[in-house]
Amino acid sequence: MDTTPDHAQRPSSAAGASLAIELKKINKSFGSVHANRDIDLAVRRGTVHGIVGENGAGKSTLMSILYGFYHADSGEIVVGGKPVTIHNSSDALALGIGMVHQHFMLVDNFTVLENVILGAEDSALLKPSVDKARRELQRLASDYGLNVPVDALIEDLSVGQQQRVEILKALYRGADILILDEPTGVLTPAEADHLFEVLKTLRDEGKTIILITHKLREIMAITDMVSVMRQGQMVETLETAKTNPEQLAELMVGRRVLLRVEKDEAKPGDVLLDVTDLVVADDMGTERLKGVTLSVRAGEILGVAGVAGNGQSELLEALAGMRASKSGTIRLNGEDVTAHHPDSAATLRRKGLAHVPEDRLRMGLVTNFYEWENSILGYHDYDKYGSGLMLDVKAARAEAQRHIEKFDIRPANADLKTANFSGGNQQKIVLAREMERDPDVLIVGQPTRGVDIGAIEFIHNQIIKMRDAGKAILLVSVELDEIRSLSDRIVVLFDGEVVGEADPATADEGELGLLMAGVKSDTTPKREATT
Amino acid sequence: MEDIISILITTIRVSTPLILACLAGLYSERAGIVDIGLEGKLLGSAFGAAVVASVTGNVWLGLLAGIGVSMMFSAVHGLASINFRGNQIISGVALNFLASGLTVFLGAAWFGRGGNTPPLTGDARFYGIRLPFAQEVSGVPIIGPIYSGLLSGHTILTYLAFLAVPLTAWVLWRTRFGLRLRAVGENPKALDTAGMSVSWLRYKALMITAVLVGMGGAYLSTAQAASFSREMSSGRGYIALAALIFAKWKPYPALGACLLFGFLEAMQYRLQGVDLPLIGRVPTQAMQALPYVLTILLLAGFVGRAIAPKAAGQPYVKER
Amino acid sequence: MSSAMPLPRWVDVLLLPVLNVTLAFIIGGIVVLIVGENPIEAVRIMLYGAFGYGYGFGFTLYYTTNFIFAGLAVAVAFHAGLFNIGGEGQAYVGGLGAILVALAVGGLHWALAMPLIMISAALFAGFWAFIPGYLQAKRGSHVVITTIMMNFIATSMMSYIISRILKPANVNSDESARIDEVTRVPFLSEWIPLLRNTPVNISFVLALLALVGVYLLIWHTKFGYALRTMGHNGTAARYAGMSNAKLIMLAMAISGALAGMVAINDTAGAHGRLILGYVAGTGFVGIAVAFMGKAHPIGVGLSALLFGVLYQGGQELAFTMPAITREMIVTIQALVILFTGAMSNMLRRPVELAFLTARTRQKEPVPTERKEA
Repeated sequence: MDTTPDHAQRPSSAAGASLAIELKKINKSFGSVHANRDIDLAVRRGTVHGIVGENGAGKSTLMSILYGFYHADSGEIVVGGKPVTIHNSSDALALGIGMVHQHFMLVDNFTVLENVILGAEDSALLKPSVDKARRELQRLASDYGLNVPVDALIEDLSVGQQQRVEILKALYRGADILILDEPTGVLTPAEADHLFEVLKTLRDEGKTIILITHKLREIMAITDMVSVMRQGQMVETLETAKTNPEQLAELMVGRRVLLRVEKDEAKPGDVLLDVTDLVVADDMGTERLKGVTLSVRAGEILGVAGVAGNGQSELLEALAGMRASKSGTIRLNGEDVTAHHPDSAATLRRKGLAHVPEDRLRMGLVTNFYEWENSILGYHDYDKYGSGLMLDVKAARAEAQRHIEKFDIRPANADLKTANFSGGNQQKIVLAREMERDPDVLIVGQPTRGVDIGAIEFIHNQIIKMRDAGKAILLVSVELDEIRSLSDRIVVLFDGEVVGEADPATADEGELGLLMAGVKSDTTPKREATT
Repeated sequence: MEDIISILITTIRVSTPLILACLAGLYSERAGIVDIGLEGKLLGSAFGAAVVASVTGNVWLGLLAGIGVSMMFSAVHGLASINFRGNQIISGVALNFLASGLTVFLGAAWFGRGGNTPPLTGDARFYGIRLPFAQEVSGVPIIGPIYSGLLSGHTILTYLAFLAVPLTAWVLWRTRFGLRLRAVGENPKALDTAGMSVSWLRYKALMITAVLVGMGGAYLSTAQAASFSREMSSGRGYIALAALIFAKWKPYPALGACLLFGFLEAMQYRLQGVDLPLIGRVPTQAMQALPYVLTILLLAGFVGRAIAPKAAGQPYVKER
Repeated sequence: MSSAMPLPRWVDVLLLPVLNVTLAFIIGGIVVLIVGENPIEAVRIMLYGAFGYGYGFGFTLYYTTNFIFAGLAVAVAFHAGLFNIGGEGQAYVGGLGAILVALAVGGLHWALAMPLIMISAALFAGFWAFIPGYLQAKRGSHVVITTIMMNFIATSMMSYIISRILKPANVNSDESARIDEVTRVPFLSEWIPLLRNTPVNISFVLALLALVGVYLLIWHTKFGYALRTMGHNGTAARYAGMSNAKLIMLAMAISGALAGMVAINDTAGAHGRLILGYVAGTGFVGIAVAFMGKAHPIGVGLSALLFGVLYQGGQELAFTMPAITREMIVTIQALVILFTGAMSNMLRRPVELAFLTARTRQKEPVPTERKEA
């Protein structure tokens, strides 16, 4: 009934030769997205096996299948030499597979002990389980260096300690195979180093570790084998000792056919957007921008490259007036517009800033609104749409109609609910709205995320057009291709800091990839980025 | 002294349904299901208990029926909020109206007394139990009035209500079920990824809620009063909800909050038309409103802070 | 996989609400059967009672007036993503605002007095709703719980004020002095003889205007646009530069003010005085009215009429079929809230499935054409 650690149930290690896990021809689709395509993967027992790939390459999906959170559409899973079916997480646990999720699955107001035994209690009463867990955790702590205060509440622990609890949870349930999903994303470098020590110890004790990451530095530091995924497919599996970061970066990014954008030389004018030492914290109070300085001139596109979660969202929100800055200044047309209040977006718009948000569904659109209603979002109180209190629906509809024609939004029907438009057309609705206001500065986040190929080209051309019209454009994207083909200058954001600047004409993809992965973060002087 | 004892006796009496309903709400909300419908369950089970007790003449069958009614209410609430991922508040509000309408409607149709049930007599109602030696020690000073007067002579449901408090604390903090219950209200995903069923756990919590609130309802019509009368819960479910918030979803503080609110009610009866020195005549309405005012102040963070179970009110959706 | 496929608009707007309400009535019918009466006959009697003759019709319109105000109150808050359960208390406190001004200007012609009474009632009721709004916007306490608590506080407070302060010495029951007949909101029977002896008054016209007004407010003002943006997507509202806190407080105040208009119909009109507990559940009916009417003024108007029919027809029914009391209506109201509000997904899924199969069947020749968008 309960998923008590039961070693006898698991396939014997002798039978499985040296393979801990074998995945054969795994396929998984979400709607029209083929997240995993014919994936083969073999993981040797007692190794640290890295899986790298860009965001959306399908790594997490694959591991969720292995952990029973999703079901593969087709394919075979072999654990310890025996074909198995994994219906849910308890099946996976019974097979000795444990997972440390990117977002911890912990109960914040529980103690460490309570979290560890949750779901793995031995009896109806807690006392015996708690006592047993206390002894067991002591042993695990001394064996693997996994020290945590067992009676402390999770919410009082550091992120690194919480992660150790997640690992302890898996080990307490007798996991032999441990999957870690982007484990260092939330850790400080010191904490990450400690984690690596732990993982090495675990491996030396015979455990198998699968490490999902997009950070090449980590792959090189602790893995024995590395598999590279790209766009839902398994590209290559290599011995870590026989490869190098440059090769991996190339495999990750691939030699995709670039949608080269035709564009003339930029003619930069005055600085329109000037950011100095900007410090911004997220909702939890953690500083996500740690003193960013950058500037954008009229008639140029500044590309902000970086792996998601390195402060891009906070940068966009702070610039747009949706998030208060802790310190530093933002100047728009020379005027200090630093937001001290999260409700400043309207003011900034009036001063000539337009904002295409990175997440159109969460932020840029009200999907329940008709198309025409979304075409005035953020501008509804302009006199153009009615003086005084009333909303001039006719004027708004006319505006929407103009957008539809100019941006070729399909279906060309302003009275359709926005939810019924495709991703590309939804994005066009947002772009049209923000670009048609003739702003001085345009900040754009992930302009082509989830957008079909045809629309991508169109959107790129529109951005270039804005540049040529003398607008200052700040482009944030996790798509390196996009950054390279559009930008006139590139800065790389890593861990809330600008870690490097590059010229897109000469920058080498591998080099940018390394910057993004934080490999050269220590060697690149910060100040250079601010020219 | 006699005055104090009599106020305290009343306090215990009126606190009993509050304690039962409050603990009922505790199980449900700890599991992540907000239960605005306590009021309706209280009313519905008071009706069910009175009807069956009066028809069969057996109060125990009445109690069972009361619990049965709140079970049905819980089932609907569970269906709406767990299976159909509906709005738990709307569901609770609907159930309150359902109880308010159905009890009087059915009561009037069946008994023709304007929604009241016939008076319960004999075995059809609960009576006070005299604790051992209550008679003997009644003459002893201090101990006598407290033991024989205050503690003895309540119905079995009152003793059960008071027993339910340590029992709930024990279940919550000492058992596997309690651990999982608390976890599912805080972070259902933690349970799901550990291979447990979120829905089933929540249903179990709702069943316990039904048993407790069913006892509370039965108490109203078969112990405190001797028949069902329309709207006899008169906001006690909401008071219990307020007490639960006041107690920050913990059993012993819940007992304290219910006794406090019960005491306010008792004082309200006692102070009717009495001139107090300095203050003068305290309007009973002020006493009636006090629990609600206190709860609002608490919720707004003016007196401490009430933090609800994190997942309360949100349907659990497995897919990302 | 809850990314529901888009259903045709008429299904969402018409079919599902009608199915849900029908379900509520079917269950109501079963309850009627349980007490041994004929539901079809009951419906016939109700319809006759509500429409069959002038007296009944007048009462139907009178109830409808109250339900329109109460329903609009819930609907406005609903568009802002807020669930205002406090219409009952807000209307009650609105009664205080109405009576204070009505008595103060006693003797003034109603045409001049009515706007003043309305403003006062709106201010009192609006303030009573503003408090929970403020507490949610600035202190983070949830509107639902606070409005429930405010209902009870209103009951106690008003009971004290009516029985201790407003009640004249020569009156036995708990109510205020009477409003001067000249000042009192006039009955429609003054102009329409058919409606004589019924309490329906000018407020009915006011309610119809309120329907139009709320429609304009929600869909044709900039404020309404902002309100709906916040109600659908608070993050998008912040992106657009709207202040969610201000919108919450304003939405609640307007919602309360609308609930306060019940006092114009009752206190300043039908009753001509402030009576203890005069709201008598009207505020709660508003919840059912708003859900059933999908928070749209047309829907609210129609559902208010339906509940008006139920209330007046219910009186007739109680008279003809003694086994069926008024509380049957409360039961129906509960079922309507349950099915249109909390369990709206129950019928939604089968309907979605039906449409999906219908569509795929149409496209049978090309079975791969499943994924659109």
